[in-house]
Amino acid sequence: MLHINNLHAAINGKEILKGINLDVKAGEVHAIMGPNGSGKTTLSSVIAGREDYEVTEGEIKLNNDDLLELAPEERAHKGVFMSFQYPVAIPGVTVTNFIKTAINAKRKAEGKDDMPANEMLKKIREKSELLELDKSFLSRSLNDGFSGGEKKRNEIFQMAMLEPKLAILDETDSGLDIDALRIVANGVNKLKNKDNAVIVITHYQRLLDYIVPDFVHVLWNGKIIKSGGKELAMELEEKGYDWLK
Amino acid sequence: MKKYTENELEQELKTKEYEYGFYTDIEADKFPPGLSEEVVRAISAKKNEPQWMTDWRVEAFRIWKKMTEPEWANVHYEKPKFNEISYFSAPVSKPKLNSLDEVDPELLKTFAKLGISIDEQKKLSNVAMDIVIDSVSVATTFKKTLEEHGILFMPISEAIQKHPDLVKKYIGSVVPKTDNFYAALNSAVFSDGSFCYIPKGVRCPVELSTYFRINEGGTGQFERTLLIADEGAYVSYLEGCTAPQRDENQLHAAVVEIIVHDRAEIKYSTVQNWFPGDAEGKGGVYNFVTKRAIAYNDAKISWTQVETGSAVTWKYPSCILKGNNAIGEFYSIAVTNHFQQADTGTKMIHLGNNTKSTIISKGVSAGHSQNSYRGLVRVSKNAKNARNFSQCDSLLMGNECGAHTFPYIESKNASAQIEHEATTSKIGEDQLFYCNQRGIDTEKAVSLIVNGFSKEVLNKLPMEFAVEAQKLLEISLEGSVG
Repeated sequence: MLHINNLHAAINGKEILKGINLDVKAGEVHAIMGPNGSGKTTLSSVIAGREDYEVTEGEIKLNNDDLLELAPEERAHKGVFMSFQYPVAIPGVTVTNFIKTAINAKRKAEGKDDMPANEMLKKIREKSELLELDKSFLSRSLNDGFSGGEKKRNEIFQMAMLEPKLAILDETDSGLDIDALRIVANGVNKLKNKDNAVIVITHYQRLLDYIVPDFVHVLWNGKIIKSGGKELAMELEEKGYDWLK
Repeated sequence: MKKYTENELEQELKTKEYEYGFYTDIEADKFPPGLSEEVVRAISAKKNEPQWMTDWRVEAFRIWKKMTEPEWANVHYEKPKFNEISYFSAPVSKPKLNSLDEVDPELLKTFAKLGISIDEQKKLSNVAMDIVIDSVSVATTFKKTLEEHGILFMPISEAIQKHPDLVKKYIGSVVPKTDNFYAALNSAVFSDGSFCYIPKGVRCPVELSTYFRINEGGTGQFERTLLIADEGAYVSYLEGCTAPQRDENQLHAAVVEIIVHDRAEIKYSTVQNWFPGDAEGKGGVYNFVTKRAIAYNDAKISWTQVETGSAVTWKYPSCILKGNNAIGEFYSIAVTNHFQQADTGTKMIHLGNNTKSTIISKGVSAGHSQNSYRGLVRVSKNAKNARNFSQCDSLLMGNECGAHTFPYIESKNASAQIEHEATTSKIGEDQLFYCNQRGIDTEKAVSLIVNGFSKEVLNKLPMEFAVEAQKLLEISLEGSVG
């Protein structure tokens, strides 16, 4: 599904990613771990199309589409979703209005009409229950005054609504207490199926107790220096990263 | 790869064209340019006005001649050349119009382009409209319904003929001829406008609506509106303005006077979209307007305005809270782009006891525009327990525009409670990227963010207007992206 080949990317002329190779197939969960400054957030931002980063070499393909040729919103329409580490607030725009706008933008790109109101309502109800969000939450301004846990639940709620092919969870566990972590992980697990894929980017092994990866990759200084199964995460938790240098 | 940086977004905003820039080819009966006492008398004669009205105009003209243009507003522009303006222009049309079929088809086309089919408005939105094109009312609808309730709603020129006692009693009572330079000019040369009187205890069953529109090139438009709600009456009044594209600057100096008697309530909503000038700052309407209401005991006046147009705006819809327990409200969204300049706000004058006022002002600036909020809250010595809450929020797009807040507070009574809050924020790349990542393109994202920012004010608009207002916000900020 996702094919990253020899990806180099820089910000303000400084190279952060120095030749990433990664293949993710449908139905798989990949974890990318690594210390601060290893390039984890850069990788997710480049896949999503953030303009601050300059791709100097390499390619990113989602199925048959060359993602680097597409604007961020076009990538989203093709099924790329990124759960932000720090979701931004948009005052005055409700959670419901925002997700409605996002869903209909995607449908428009696919040549479909707006989703009928009753269908939208049903879907919102179903997915908000999955993330244990109550009704009043849906009418609040997007991420405006949300707690850390609420922000992350809202991200996964949007993921549930948009049903992406590829979901990248960027440090979704940061700032979550154990209950919120469980809710978020449970949401992700329920959304996982044989046709989609998830990339979990995290510092800690903690989240991986709940979202069990098929593969774990260690990112170090802009390169993947080691890949393995879920047991690699345990090993990292025990030994840290230094032994891999 | 298609990317948007904030700079590119700004670039794209600059190329936004004025959507309503078309010109209706209607034969016009137009005075040669220039202003003198003779012209003032000629306007009055043309309209067959009674002597008292002529005298009133002439007096106003004499006052105006001694006045100088105000300079204190935070706007810079080339002063209008008053002798190059034609002070009267009326579409040449059949004199009496009983139905829409009789309206000049060119005119109807104009309305169709604006998306305000009169018929549709009539049928769907339950709105009675008094349409003013180049200063003369063309069609008045819903007259029957209103008549049944004893409501008078007609062009002010007609009211001068039919209800001279009411006009004579109230005209100039809230905005005197001597009030300011443009109010004096308007008093001398006002071409037409709307008149509305709601009798005691009557709740107007429909929203009253007027569309103003400048049409002839080089024609100044001087509207005069007079709204009276007698004791215990209620009306919601909508005013919308769009102007076609012109190269030379056009002057618009209107006066709106509102009288809200004991226990009455008036809601006055405006959507103003006069031509703002092009991306280089050429052309556009000068909008110098005086709007003021007086509220007596237990009365309420509420101004809501969405200002997206005009090259230069100078406008402060005000409330004189004369009676005890009177309430004044001002809700405003002002959007400026390119080289637009807006200096707008309100005055809340607390004279009665237990008077309350609320000010919510939202300014959105883009391009090279300058957007100023200027507001006065004055509590007089004898006004006990006055309350005011003011909130002024500014949203900036790009680095070349400006947002300014000039709040004036004068309290002469120690029991007054006055609160003022102000914020300034910027549409960030982070917000745009977040929206993009969810599949929302930059154009739609800007619209979403601006609408969210303006929500408290948009919510105050009547439904029919809210949709149009949202459309206007989109048009004025992001029609060119993509």
